[in-house]
Amino acid sequence: MIGSIAALGAGLAVIGAGIGIGQVGGKAMEGISRQPEAASKIQTAMIIAAALIEGAALFGVVVSFLGLR
Amino acid sequence: MYLSHILNSKKIALSLILGVFLTFISCKTFAIQHEEHAVAAEETNTEKEFSPSEVILEHIADSHSWHLWGHTTVPLPVILYTDQGIEMFSSAHFEHGHADYPGKYYTYRLVKDKIAIVGPGEELTAGANMLNMHKKLIDLSITKNVVSMWISLVLLLIIFLSVSAAYKKRAGKAPKGLQSFMEPIILFVRDDIARPNIGYKYQRFMPLLLTVFFFIWINNLIGLVPFFPGGSNLTGNIAVTFVLSVITLIIVNVNGNKYYWKHIFAPDVPVWLYPIMWPVELVGIISKPFALMIRLFANITAGHIIVLSLISLIFVFKSVAIAPVSVAFVVFMDVLELLVAALQAFIFTLLTALFIGTAIEEHHH
Amino acid sequence: MELVTPEIGLVFWTTVSFLVLFFLLGKFAWKPIMGAIDDRERSIEDALLKAEAAKEEMSRLTNENEVLLKQARAERDLILSEAKKIKDQIVADAKEAAHKEGARQIELARVEINNQKAIAMADVKNQVAQLSIQVAEKILQNQLQDQQKQDELVSQLLKEVKL
Repeated sequence: MIGSIAALGAGLAVIGAGIGIGQVGGKAMEGISRQPEAASKIQTAMIIAAALIEGAALFGVVVSFLGLR
Repeated sequence: MYLSHILNSKKIALSLILGVFLTFISCKTFAIQHEEHAVAAEETNTEKEFSPSEVILEHIADSHSWHLWGHTTVPLPVILYTDQGIEMFSSAHFEHGHADYPGKYYTYRLVKDKIAIVGPGEELTAGANMLNMHKKLIDLSITKNVVSMWISLVLLLIIFLSVSAAYKKRAGKAPKGLQSFMEPIILFVRDDIARPNIGYKYQRFMPLLLTVFFFIWINNLIGLVPFFPGGSNLTGNIAVTFVLSVITLIIVNVNGNKYYWKHIFAPDVPVWLYPIMWPVELVGIISKPFALMIRLFANITAGHIIVLSLISLIFVFKSVAIAPVSVAFVVFMDVLELLVAALQAFIFTLLTALFIGTAIEEHHH
Repeated sequence: MELVTPEIGLVFWTTVSFLVLFFLLGKFAWKPIMGAIDDRERSIEDALLKAEAAKEEMSRLTNENEVLLKQARAERDLILSEAKKIKDQIVADAKEAAHKEGARQIELARVEINNQKAIAMADVKNQVAQLSIQVAEKILQNQLQDQQKQDELVSQLLKEVKL
């Protein structure tokens, strides 16, 4: 039961992270298309932001680990 | 032709890889949910049934012996710090958990690859962990992860001592061989991680950042190798990431200047808000390295879990036909993990540099 | 829960190993490597600065050379033009002198010719005079041998005389 609830929580976390990373990626693409010469800088910043959001999502994963066993 | 032109563009190819990478981040999480269900299912099934979650958890967990192939395992030394004294013996005595070992002070048993004390009435006393230190038994064994870490240490030392020797031998000349492979990475750490985030005082922190970066990276890579001497899940073990983040925590706070501490203890808010601000700021001190710890641990563990669960699919469906699909996905995930291995090392080092940078920042905004 | 609980053993060994690694790499790898990289960068920077300075020096020298060259060229032109002037002068002088000499020679020649002509003329005149006298003598001798003819002549002469 706890496992299922944890799984639901992890799923919710993924929704948030998905939206967040989608926003980051989309805006980065927009930025790159607007200023192709700044692409490398934008990419670096995007990867960092994506990794940070991913970290937040992985907190959800860790919570789901807590339910294991 | 048009398509190939698109794929030829480095930027677009990179964005493509990144896009796929971002797509699969969510997949990792779903895979773990899948594991959850598998665990639930496993509880009701018979023991002989193949249980992916059990296999996966066994693979990503630490172990007292190193399984090489088939029935060949290397027993590793067990070092126990008990309230009576220190005990040392080979883990071969446990016979993979089938036998108890009567030590000098207590009788020990391997339960789920963890050592527990067997009392006189068959009652088990588990060893201490970070959440509960006050136990009779502290397990300081040389486990699979420790051995793997020492292999990585030796590798790092061989690589960088030879590189440093090359610098001495070829002083003032252009780099060559391994040296020329490592130099751009070292310069990357210096110019893209340390300098922009720490500022002009970056030189003092370069050894730490470089050590952390290469330690995490090489252990991530070793973790990707599925057979000996790889196969351990070192950077996906919370103990390792815990140590790394504690080091970050210590370095950041030891180097924090008066502005840093003023920001924490005397922020620009009305005085009556201080009692609220202090706990918030203190939690902030802890939570930043905590996020580092969880991020690295969860990323690497999630990567291992998804690869293992893709492999498990073959055994779940009990069909060789599924193998090509499974292997294709595993190869794809492994390539992705190769990127993640470098990326997580980069992120960890970058955030460490960033935290150090905020702690030693001179001017106050 | 087990997965997210750090094990003391691994924490202990990681701490020890990482610190050892940090110490060893810091002492024997990062220090020399960073030192070497910094040194090389500094030397490259130095070399670049020197190259820049050398370039400046070069351009300065080139400028100087150019100025010198220009001066030399101007001097050469001056010298050449002067030489040309002198040459022209000399040629003109020579021409004039030659002219004068020629004219003088011609004049002398003419005078000489005139002199010679005059002498020759005088000579010819004398000879003609003598010849005509001789002729006249002979004619007269011949004619005057006959009395009649003498009378005739006299009368003719007398006729011719106009008073």
